[in-house]
Amino acid sequence: MSERTLRVVGVWALVVLALLVPFLFGPYRVGEFTLVLAYAVAVLGLNLLVGYNGQISLGHGAFFALGAYTAALLIEKGGLPYLLTLPIAGVVAFAAGFLFGVPALRLRGLYLALVTLGLAIAFPQLIKRFDGLTEGTQGLTVEQPTAPSWLPLADDQFLYLLTLLIAAIMFVAAWSLMRSQVGRAVQAVRDGEIPASTLGIDLARTKTRVFALSAGYAGVAGALYVLAIGFVAPEAFTVTVSLAFLAAIVVGGLATIVGAVFGALFIEFVPDYASDVNDALTGVVYGGVLILFMYLLPDGAVGLLRRIGRLVARRPAAPAEAGRRPAVAPRGRGLPAGKA
Amino acid sequence: MERFIQVIVDGVATGSIYAALAIALVLIFRSTGIVNFAQGEMAMFSTFIAWGLYAGGVPLGLAILTTLVLSFIAGMVIERGLIRHFEGGETLTLVIVTLGLFILLNSLAGWIWGFGNRSFPSLFGDSTFTLGGVRLTVESVGIVAVLLGVVGVLFLLFQRTKIGLAMRAAALNPESSGLVGVRVGRMLMLGWGLAAALGALAGVLVAPRLFLDVNLMGSVLIYAFAAAALGGFDSAIGAVVGGWVIGISENLAGTYVDFIGADLKILVPLAIIFVVLLVRPSGLFGTREVARV
Amino acid sequence: MRRSVSLALLLMVVLVAAGCGRDEENGGGDPGITDDEIKIGGSYPFSGPASAYRSIAEGAKAYFEKVNAEGGVDGRKINFITLDDAYEPPKAVQNARRLIQQEQVFALFNTLGTPNNVAIWDYVNKQKVPHLYVATGASLWGANPTAHPWTIGWQPDYVSESQAYGDYLDKNKPRAKVAVLYQNDAFGEDLLNGFKDAIKGTDIEIVAEESYEVTDPTVSSQMAKLANSDADTFLNITTPKFGAQAIAAADKLGWKVLHIINNVSASKLLVLEPAGLDASQGLISTTYFKDPAGPEWADDPAMKEYKSSIRKYSRLNPEDPFGVYGWGAAQTLVEALKNMKEPTREALMDAVRNMELKVPMLLPGIEVKTSGMKDGYPIEATQIQRFEGENWKLEGDVIQAPHSSD
Repeated sequence: MSERTLRVVGVWALVVLALLVPFLFGPYRVGEFTLVLAYAVAVLGLNLLVGYNGQISLGHGAFFALGAYTAALLIEKGGLPYLLTLPIAGVVAFAAGFLFGVPALRLRGLYLALVTLGLAIAFPQLIKRFDGLTEGTQGLTVEQPTAPSWLPLADDQFLYLLTLLIAAIMFVAAWSLMRSQVGRAVQAVRDGEIPASTLGIDLARTKTRVFALSAGYAGVAGALYVLAIGFVAPEAFTVTVSLAFLAAIVVGGLATIVGAVFGALFIEFVPDYASDVNDALTGVVYGGVLILFMYLLPDGAVGLLRRIGRLVARRPAAPAEAGRRPAVAPRGRGLPAGKA
Repeated sequence: MERFIQVIVDGVATGSIYAALAIALVLIFRSTGIVNFAQGEMAMFSTFIAWGLYAGGVPLGLAILTTLVLSFIAGMVIERGLIRHFEGGETLTLVIVTLGLFILLNSLAGWIWGFGNRSFPSLFGDSTFTLGGVRLTVESVGIVAVLLGVVGVLFLLFQRTKIGLAMRAAALNPESSGLVGVRVGRMLMLGWGLAAALGALAGVLVAPRLFLDVNLMGSVLIYAFAAAALGGFDSAIGAVVGGWVIGISENLAGTYVDFIGADLKILVPLAIIFVVLLVRPSGLFGTREVARV
Repeated sequence: MRRSVSLALLLMVVLVAAGCGRDEENGGGDPGITDDEIKIGGSYPFSGPASAYRSIAEGAKAYFEKVNAEGGVDGRKINFITLDDAYEPPKAVQNARRLIQQEQVFALFNTLGTPNNVAIWDYVNKQKVPHLYVATGASLWGANPTAHPWTIGWQPDYVSESQAYGDYLDKNKPRAKVAVLYQNDAFGEDLLNGFKDAIKGTDIEIVAEESYEVTDPTVSSQMAKLANSDADTFLNITTPKFGAQAIAAADKLGWKVLHIINNVSASKLLVLEPAGLDASQGLISTTYFKDPAGPEWADDPAMKEYKSSIRKYSRLNPEDPFGVYGWGAAQTLVEALKNMKEPTREALMDAVRNMELKVPMLLPGIEVKTSGMKDGYPIEATQIQRFEGENWKLEGDVIQAPHSSD
């Protein structure tokens, strides 16, 4: 069996499992998985930026929040049908990402990280300041979608499958984009800006567009999140969210598409298990698991699966597989300027 | 006018808090090339240890000194035992490890010492005095003096000693340094140890004002990060200046610009940093990166 | 060709699975209550910026342990399941769902935090699960019981509290000029707005207002601004860490005005001792329960029982007032469970809404009292206390501040 077949089978297996979830679990678990799907879309967006394009963002929580609030306000105050709010949230976040991406072109590494972190900090404050619109710290309850009567599904099952559908579309889009010429250009920029520009790639255009796209993904994810939780408040979008997304892309596997799902599963379920183990030492368990994960699986969950796949296919490891390159230059004073 | 100067002076006092932790961040960066998310929590943990010693009857000065030594050792152990494994690999992985360490230390401190807050005595006492109509605390002046002293010591260390040179070389180019006989591993341990000790110093300087609890450094870390970035991540004096700029600008905006209330005042330093970095992408005092093609 | 085959297979699997359906909840009898056990669920900030409040959960747990050791409620042991929400509303939502759907608790008890409870109360009410004695003083919970009949608060709400401050000033300093420091969230705003309402029509005016964020490292610049105003009274609406900072700052700045601090930050252990007892002389606040650090209650039988139980059943510091809070609320719940006419959720709500109870750890003269849907506030009385020497001393009489619900 070739590695490629294994990969295809693996992905299809994942799809089947995903489809079975709403029928195997009770409503609470299904709700958790719905959230996982929403996070996965955001994590995927971040991975496009960090894993595939080599930039950094500690502020994707802000785009996530922007999408969430856009959807929430449109549903509750604008009376829009919830399906429409998804693309609108995506577009709004895309535009914001674009606006942000332009000035951020000048910044690299740590400095870009800081400025994006500033965005993550600033956004909840802005939400609170404009509380006439956003209801500020009281938060906004959002009516959640219910299953249409002609489908034999419970509300939670319907919401899950709907989210699954949207997420699948986003995933397939990202996958095909990264396999296309555009995707190759994106990764070329990550692997070396100077060589890439000598090849004729427009650095500025590529980078701002990837930034905008990844923000757009986070925005759609935010809208999905609102539908899943039914409530938004500024406290829900602290810096912790941005950092969790960052952890998720590394845990899942940098520069992978499917990794986003594993990363999202990790950040959703591991904290719960950690507090089940001992509610006084939740952080110790969670932090410990995170460190252990990095120790054992530096390539993320997908890296592990690929290694297993290679073993099973009994083929020698392919040299420097596309997509396995480090996202940022290895340690040493290449930082913060980037590629040297 | 007096009011204006007072606001500036208060800004320097607050900014010194950010600067204290920022220096530790800069040190880790200069010696190991990464940002240590766990720096603040390590500092907090050290401060709790100092508190424990003091509460156990040890005189303050001795308690702090002991803590600095213990933190130094702990920093070296963390580098050798945990961080070493990840160096040379993907930077982001290491960053996530420091994130994990952050979460772990925060929870561990809470489990050991509880989540309430407690007072921490100031090395400089409590008195205030007025100078030309402006109110100052001995403590703030003391903190500024210590900061400048630390900056001076670091300058001497890095620019005038062999060990400092070795540390810089190990950070800049580990492979070549190893080839010329620099004990790269030792230098890395030294860097982490020093940074941990500096973090502990920051903690004991800052705790009297902010009160000691597990979240002592949580909010300071972001400001410290901003201060370090503003000053240029490889410059200790930059970190101090950066901290002051942030403290002063925040205070000025909060006091004089009515539209910017306390809730938005954090935006001011962020905006300043954004603008500064656009013009000088390596910070005010940072060295320009030159890319070899 | 191969693709469409796999798609078809996929569809078949899905339809078969859909046909299988899944286990719905048990029919007959309310969930969470059996002959030997009552399951109660709570969501608290065991981690994160508000983790000091976990002492409330510890206090409640200690009370339930004691009750269980004495045989439980009508032979049923109380199983108190707590989850951590780190003070984040989405986690609270998930916890509420998990407790109700998965753990199948009989009732939710003492969930902490205004935004957290706002996030869940629509859902909880829709599920018709008792949402009892929420650990927040927001006035919302009692304002309109018909809209959310399953939800009820416990402590005197922030509006009652700020009313007490307004009354105190009106009596003692009728032309007060007040400077306010408040936390920029629902808790701070509730207290501030309550105070503003309370001083309407009096000669008291607010001359300066400064807010701070829970994520700020320090409130020194806000305090500097307030001290610079021409206020002669300082209203300190903060949570413990910032309360301590404010007291210390006022002291350092030499700002000696009448200093009123809200009840949440009135803890000697968490706020006054760190800030310095010298700096805390003359502080005014309100309270409604007995101070575990207070020497006047040292021989009080209820206090002695409280402290010995805390030592036996928890890791809490016996002088931590948050423990008393949890204990008192737990005691109220147990009474409601005892008064339940049938083991159903509706009967529990009935007992909750028609209660008259003297909780031993509350101050004499303060009772838990509800009377149907017109009164959504179980405790509506407080008493002013002043800090003198080493302890809080009660002043004046119990202030009844009843307000009716819509």
